[in-house]
Parts: sequence; C-alpha cells; structure tokens
Amino acid sequence: MKSFKQAGRILAGVVAAAMLIPMAACGGGSTDQAAKKVTGAGADDGTTITLWTRAPLERQAKNVVSAYNSSHKNKVKLEIIPNDDMEGKVGGASQTDSLPDVLAGDVVRIPYWASEGIFTDITKQIGALKNKADLQQGHIEAGTVDGKEYTLPFITDVSIMVWNKDLYKEAGLDPEKGPSSIKDFTEQAKAIAGLNKSGVAGSYVAGQSGGALVFDLFPSVWADGESVMNKEGTEAKLDNPSMKAELEAYKTLANTPNGLGSGSKEETGATWTAPFANGKIGVMPYPNTSVTAIMEAEKKGGFHVGVTPLPGTKEGKTSTFLGGDAMGISKDSKHVAQSWNFLSWLMQDKTQAKVFAAKGDTASNVKTLKTAYTNADKRVQTINSVIIDGNGQTPKSPKFNEAFNAAGSPFQLLVQNAIWGNGDLSADNKAVTKALGDN
Amino acid sequence: MSSVSKGAVTSSRSKMKREQTRRGLLYALPDWLFIIILFFVPILLLVVMAGSRWSLMGGNRGWNFPENFVKVFHSDLLGQSIWFTIEYTVIVTIILLALGLGLALIVQESSKWNTVLRTCFLLPSATGLASASLLFYAMYSPQVGPVTKILHFFGLIGEGGSVLATGQSALWATVIVIVWRFSGYYMLLMMIGLQSIPGDLYEAARMDGANSWRIFRSITLPLMKPTVVMCLVYCVTGSILAFDQFFILTKGGPNNSTMTVVQLIYNFAFDSKKDLGMAAALSLLVLIALVIINSIQMRGMRDNTK
Repeated sequence: MKSFKQAGRILAGVVAAAMLIPMAACGGGSTDQAAKKVTGAGADDGTTITLWTRAPLERQAKNVVSAYNSSHKNKVKLEIIPNDDMEGKVGGASQTDSLPDVLAGDVVRIPYWASEGIFTDITKQIGALKNKADLQQGHIEAGTVDGKEYTLPFITDVSIMVWNKDLYKEAGLDPEKGPSSIKDFTEQAKAIAGLNKSGVAGSYVAGQSGGALVFDLFPSVWADGESVMNKEGTEAKLDNPSMKAELEAYKTLANTPNGLGSGSKEETGATWTAPFANGKIGVMPYPNTSVTAIMEAEKKGGFHVGVTPLPGTKEGKTSTFLGGDAMGISKDSKHVAQSWNFLSWLMQDKTQAKVFAAKGDTASNVKTLKTAYTNADKRVQTINSVIIDGNGQTPKSPKFNEAFNAAGSPFQLLVQNAIWGNGDLSADNKAVTKALGDN
Repeated sequence: MSSVSKGAVTSSRSKMKREQTRRGLLYALPDWLFIIILFFVPILLLVVMAGSRWSLMGGNRGWNFPENFVKVFHSDLLGQSIWFTIEYTVIVTIILLALGLGLALIVQESSKWNTVLRTCFLLPSATGLASASLLFYAMYSPQVGPVTKILHFFGLIGEGGSVLATGQSALWATVIVIVWRFSGYYMLLMMIGLQSIPGDLYEAARMDGANSWRIFRSITLPLMKPTVVMCLVYCVTGSILAFDQFFILTKGGPNNSTMTVVQLIYNFAFDSKKDLGMAAALSLLVLIALVIINSIQMRGMRDNTK
C-alpha cells in the first residue's frame, strides 16, 4: 500500500511539473523593455540575427539578406518556411519562446499575430523614421494594435490585371488595351473563349483558395468605393453591388464554353498562376510577383503580356490588394537593437532601390517607386503606379484567416455558391460575418 | 525458546514477502514509467488544455471550462464531419472485412500459386499510408495521372476533370486507396483465424454430407467470430481516426465535404480557429466515443459458445 501512495505522489509531482511548462511560456514583455532603449539605427556589432519568411517570397528575401550581410557586421540568417506550415511553426515557437529575432509573415495574418503578442512594440522607433510617410502604410497599419505599432513592410505583392496579347490578336481584340471595367473583362474573356482552341480559356479563378480569391476579387470592390468589411473587421459587407457584379461576371464565364479554365472550381491555389503563365488563359487578375517571370520568358520568345490596374464596375477607377509580407521583431528576440538595425536599413530609399528596384521587384517605399524605376519596363511602372496612387488597401481583421483564407472558409463557400451554384449572397455574407465576429 | 524461533520464522517470512513485493514492483517499474509518461501525463495535459483558454500563438491563459466544449458544439462543421466520418467508417469496414475474409479463403490452402497470390495481396501493406496516399494523389491528378484520361475515355468525367473534385467521388477515391493499402493486412489477420480452426471439424462435417456453403456458415463463421471482431475493432478505430489519407488527398475539400473528425481537430488547432483548447476538447470527446464504441465491440469477442 505504502508504495502505491509513493507512486501516487510521484505521479502528482510529474503532473504538477508538466502543468508548469505552459506557465513558463506565459512570461514575456521583457523585449518591450529592451526596445525602449533602442534608438537611431540600432546596433551593428557582429551579432547573428535570425529571420523567418515564407516560401512564395523566397527570391526577394534572399536578395535582401545577401545585400545586408555584405554591407554589415551583423549577419542575418534566413530560414524559408513552406507557406502552409508557417502558422503552426510560429505557434509552436511562440509557446516555447523560440521565435526568430525578425519574423516576416503574410500581411493578412499579421493582425492576428500582433494581437496575440508575438511582436515587440517598436512604435517609438517607427515614429522616429524620417521617411515613415513614404512607406507602404498598409503593412504598418496591419501590425497596429491599440495604437502600438509592431510591423514594417518587408515585401510588397499587389494584384493587377494581366492579359495575353497573342491570344487577343487572334481573337480580333486590341492587344494593347486591357479591360477597364468588369464589363470589358467579361466581354474580352468571352471573345477568347470563342476562339474554341483546345486548352485555351477566357479566364481562370482559384475556386478553392480563399487567399487568391480575396487578392483577385476585393480590388474591384474598393475601386467602386465600396468596402468588404466594416472598419473593425468584425462584419462582412460582401453583398454590395460591385461584388455582385463581379461574381455575376465569373458566373457568366463559368456558363460559357471555355469561359473559365478547366480546374478553376477545384484549384486550391497551389498552381493558380500556372495556366496563364503557360499561355492558356486570356485575361485574369494576377499577382505582380509572378509577372516578372512572364516578362523574362517573353524576351526568350514567350507570349506577350499586358498589364493594367484592376478596374471596378465603372471605368476610370482602379484599386489593388496591397499584399505581401510585413515584418516585426519577435517577443523572444535577444538582439532587439541589432534587429532594428536590419529593419531601419531596409526602410531607406537607397536600400529599397538596390535590393528591389534594381532586381525588377516592387519596393515598399513610395519615393523609391517614383524615382528608381525610370528606365524600367513600362509595365513595371504600371504595377508601381497602383501602389503610388494610394487606392490600394490591405483588409484588416484578427479573424481574417478563419473567415477568408482557411481551406473551406465561409468566403470560399460564398464564391463557390455564387459562381458554380445558386448562391444566396446575403445569407453567405452572414456566414462570413459570423466567422469574423466569433470569439 | 520455541516462541522465539516461531517469531523469527514469521519475521523472516514476512521479510521474504516484502522482498518479493519490492522486487515485483521493481520489475514492473519500467512499464509503469512508460505508461505514466507516455499515457497518463499526455491525457492529463489534454484534459487541462481542453478546459483552458489556450490559443496557438498565445499559449495557456487560464481555466475556462466548459467554454471550449460549448464552442466545439456550436461549430458548423461538427455535425457534418461526424456524419462523414461515420459514412466513411461504415463503407471502409464493410469492404475491408468482406474482402479480407474473401481473400483469406482464396489463399488459405498452401500451394505454390497461393504463396505468390498471398505476397501480391500483402505487398501494398509494406508502403506507408502517407506514401500510398501520395502515390494515388499523383494517379488522380488530371495533369500527371492516368485516371482522368481513362475515365474520360469511358465518358465518365469531363476532359481535365479530377476525381477529387466532388465530395462523393473524393470519398470513393479515398476508399480505394485504403482498400488497396489494407486489404492484404486484413487478409493476413483472417488467415491466422482460419488456420486455427481444427481440420477434423471440417472432415467430420464433410462426412455428415454438409456442402461448402453449409460448412462455411456453421463451422467457419462461428469459429472465426473472435478474429472477425478483432478486425472490426481495428478497422472501426482506424477509420474513425482517419487523417493522413484525407489530409494528403483532399485537405477536407472540396468545400469541407470530406472533413473527418480528426481533420476538424487539426483544423481547429492549426488552420481556422488556431485554438488548441477547442482542438483538445474535441480530441477528448473523440477519445470518450472510441472507448464506448470499442467496449461495445469487445463484448462480441467474448466466447459465448461455452
């Protein structure tokens, strides 16, 4: 009997110890103290700082890191994480206090991360940046919680409309003029569908990828001056006339032979840019980071691509989705001053010109966008103009992922119902609101 | 004098007994350590997690029982995923048990050809479930796999369509993976059961003039009952906990139509809610459901022929 009691006591001890583990993870706030002392450009003293970013933006991240490492005593160690693993990996690292010094993530995930206390408060340092007003505001706004600023833009990715000039010529359309309204878009896509070429379709949409769908569909709504959510990001407003017109356009195409590329309904986002890049699609909203590769292929004999800002239902007004990755200093960083050195260096006009503009990528600094691309392709300047004009937006809600991005999200179902079913937009909009307001 | 020796004997006897107990406990200690560390502690942690506000990023933020359970029951996907898991479990269990027994009857007798057949049937069991799923994912892919082209040839599917595109076809596509991967394994289990039936019973039945169907019904099936029930327990438990195959083939899609309960746990924890508390609460419910289902099935294993 005695030994059983003993075993019981040991068991209780083990359990108590196990329950202490999560409590230890609850500490924190120490980096905020360290951040208070950091001023100017931080410290460059030969420290190694770690940086996590996700795989889709690997090329740009590598350019940034090698430029920093060759000009500083500090060394940045870059770790690329698969897009789908990011959230789980950050969550695990957060609970064991092992986040990297600098953490970059999809800008639509940033509001949730910031509100969960993943980052160090750098309001003072961001405020002290001389060119703060030039920086892409959407990425700063995304990481602002209760007036405290946690993040700066890392890499900007915007959505624009692209069309295949070769297919346009074949269909008798003006190859130099892309769509300037939703109506144009539908008509031009239908003309391409009418070619009846094997494997060629008017447009393409990633039906099972909430992330690609918001990137494609939201800008037209913003162009019309409508909004997709209320200011707090707790209520969806997707049953507006612009959204309706846009979904109607895709429904028309879905019901047209060759209107939407095969696989549109099932596309999970893994290969959603491929059909256009392979020259099989007439016209579609597209990420600017993928246009660079198409323009490179064009020089080697690939098809000709046209670029124009995403239009609304009326001509003349355009908008874009200010996507990409924002970055901040994590709560677990032991090198806050050195990490700030990296962040503040990247925000400078000269740096942006060197690591982004010179490599054909999009800078996050408006001044660089205006000055450093004068010799660039006219289409690159079109892409830059959608950031400069200030019409672009970044949707912000702590529940954005659950309501829009996650596989099988209520927004994905809304789009599926509207394009391939007989959707009730206002009922589906309510389902999105439910996910946004859920606590 | 005598009292002294008597006392000494009892004391040495009780000493011996205590020594035996001590040694016994020592022998059992390694097992107990494993059971405590790998079984009791995780379950306790799970219970604590299920009763706490515990987000993926923010960690443990204190006790909130029963909020997580309330949230789980309010989830739109719960009913749908339970129903789908049951549908999947019933289909897979019926096919696998019938096929396992059928294959076992075919290859039961030892001959040269049967040995080859046995190996063929058992071979898919050598692949991991994840690798098998990936293999079929490639075969089902409209870009690289042959399945779309074959089905298109027979006019069963549109050009460039995918069998994973609709909920029902994705379900059956997954069932095929599981049947391919596990039928050999269940054949092996059934064969062991078949071979433990004494041959003289069959001989006696034949002498009495029973035909094959009668022999199967009155001798094979009753004596196979414990084996069949064991396979049933394995198969039902495995199907209720289905995750890998769906995670790789469909990720719960299209439009959540192939979401199993375990995938919903994953979804709560890492995808939509990022709430480990909710995920733990649902895990606990699944655990309780499994204990109940298995205890009912175990009753069938009792030998009530005696």
